Amino acid sequence: MYVEQISIFIENKFGRLAEVTRILGDAGVNIRTLSLADTSDFGILRLIVNDAEKAKSVLKDRGFTVSKTEVVAVEIPDRPGGLADILQVLDAGGINVEYMYAFVERCGENAVMIFRFDETQKAIEALTAKSFNVLPGDRLYSM
Amino acid sequence: MFFNEEFETLPREAIEALQLKRLKSMVARVQQNVPFYKESLAKAGVNADSIKSLADLARLPFTYKQDMRDSYPYRLFAVPMEDIVRIHASSGTTGKPTVVGYTQKDIDTWSELMARSFVAAGVHKGDIIHNSYGYGLFTGGLGAHYGAERLGASVIPMSGGNTKKQIMIMQDFGSTVLTCTPSYSLYMAEAAKEEGIDFRDLKLKVGIFGAEPWSEAMRLDIEEKLNLSAVDIYGLSEIMGPGVAIECCEAKKGLHVWEDHFIPEIINPETGEVLPEGQKGELVITTITKEGIPLIRYRTRDITSITYEPCICGRTHARIARMSGRSDDMLIIRGVNVFPSQIEAILMGVEGVEPHYVLIVDRKDNLDTLEVQVEVGENIFSDEIKHLQALSTKIEKQIKEMLGVTCRVRLVEPKSIIRSEGKAKRVIDNRNKA
Repeated sequence: MYVEQISIFIENKFGRLAEVTRILGDAGVNIRTLSLADTSDFGILRLIVNDAEKAKSVLKDRGFTVSKTEVVAVEIPDRPGGLADILQVLDAGGINVEYMYAFVERCGENAVMIFRFDETQKAIEALTAKSFNVLPGDRLYSM
Repeated sequence: MFFNEEFETLPREAIEALQLKRLKSMVARVQQNVPFYKESLAKAGVNADSIKSLADLARLPFTYKQDMRDSYPYRLFAVPMEDIVRIHASSGTTGKPTVVGYTQKDIDTWSELMARSFVAAGVHKGDIIHNSYGYGLFTGGLGAHYGAERLGASVIPMSGGNTKKQIMIMQDFGSTVLTCTPSYSLYMAEAAKEEGIDFRDLKLKVGIFGAEPWSEAMRLDIEEKLNLSAVDIYGLSEIMGPGVAIECCEAKKGLHVWEDHFIPEIINPETGEVLPEGQKGELVITTITKEGIPLIRYRTRDITSITYEPCICGRTHARIARMSGRSDDMLIIRGVNVFPSQIEAILMGVEGVEPHYVLIVDRKDNLDTLEVQVEVGENIFSDEIKHLQALSTKIEKQIKEMLGVTCRVRLVEPKSIIRSEGKAKRVIDNRNKA
């Protein structure tokens, strides 16, 4: 039920983001969605791509520090309060969201959010128990 | 003006006769009491009796900072611990500091030499000395303090930091003399300006600045901005502390080394050969009266030259030029001595950190800044900002705790630090570029 995300360390320097995306583009890796967390010195680029293994290896070859992280993709009803309902379930279960960001594509009528939890397995159990749809990686990579 | 006119103006021949007598006596003492010297002197084939003239000093072996580290903490002491009344230390490479011990007589000598230095700088009994050198294991604070008391001046034991309070006290207490690092004096003047206080309106008339290298241009800048007479002071804890040498206010041309207690030599740092008067090289000092931890031909690593020309102030003691650099890679950051290897040791102690780092030293608003660039490899990388920030903070805190210097850790991409073939370029010092 996990989705593989790759995270890349990037210094806050001119042209670094362009270089990362160019390397991936040249390798034929398609970025499905991304988020960038940044400080004044550096940023962490988080990507969900169609081929995480390949993305990781081409970036490592070019000297970037890359890691793979398991995140969770959850379908969210596209209506007011949709996200709040999910967060309430997590809150009740004592699960922390480390970070989250939105997926670009919709899944039918629903929006998709990517979550990084402190306790991933527990989060998945809590969400499925409340009938939220957790999307498997394969589905997402090819969406 | 002199503090001890007789000794400060001894004729050259009398200084040299006294030096020879004291040198022989010191060598005899360490040969007797310090196993390290017993061995190294035997190896060099010298003993107290074979020293016939000061020229024989060149036959004695050098003492290195490493020898002090190897003898940690007390093995170079030449007297039993019950005779030691004070211990100071400077930070060391692997967390172990360099330790020095003083007998009561050593403290008395130090106080006198600091008092002589104050007078040479133009300070009198009745002056109010604002002492911003750090108090503690570092010799700066207490060294200046005892000298001020010996002179009979009023001393304010400020120590470093807390700039606003420093300025308030200087203004309210009517300080007439300031002792701190030259860069901190300018920093305080700038900070005061922001509070609407002009340092030129304060009662300061003399500034005694040391613990870091500075230039003639900086002296003129300080004298203009602080409206005082600025002199350079030299010292190091291994030899004694502040007051080993001082500029006189009359000439401000070189620092008088108190030759009745220390024998200075200038050597070629590569070959160890003694260089003639006027030539630039490494300063080597032999302590000839110290009891606690006498040192033979200590390699200071400071680069300077020496002159025996008479000085207009009347002091007969030789003068060394302003320190122009180091013969090793030691950095002086806000008066704190830092070796790149010390920072490396701290970084290596942090799990996952690789030995790829660069130190960037700069001067902003008259204060030295240190940036430690650390490469983020897979072992320390996290997809969460907070973990990386916690890592930076942890390193900054350890460096502050172990070395006493504030730094900023900047995480950089792997391979962004230039790998060099031979010796890695670990330090970029931008301070001298301005």
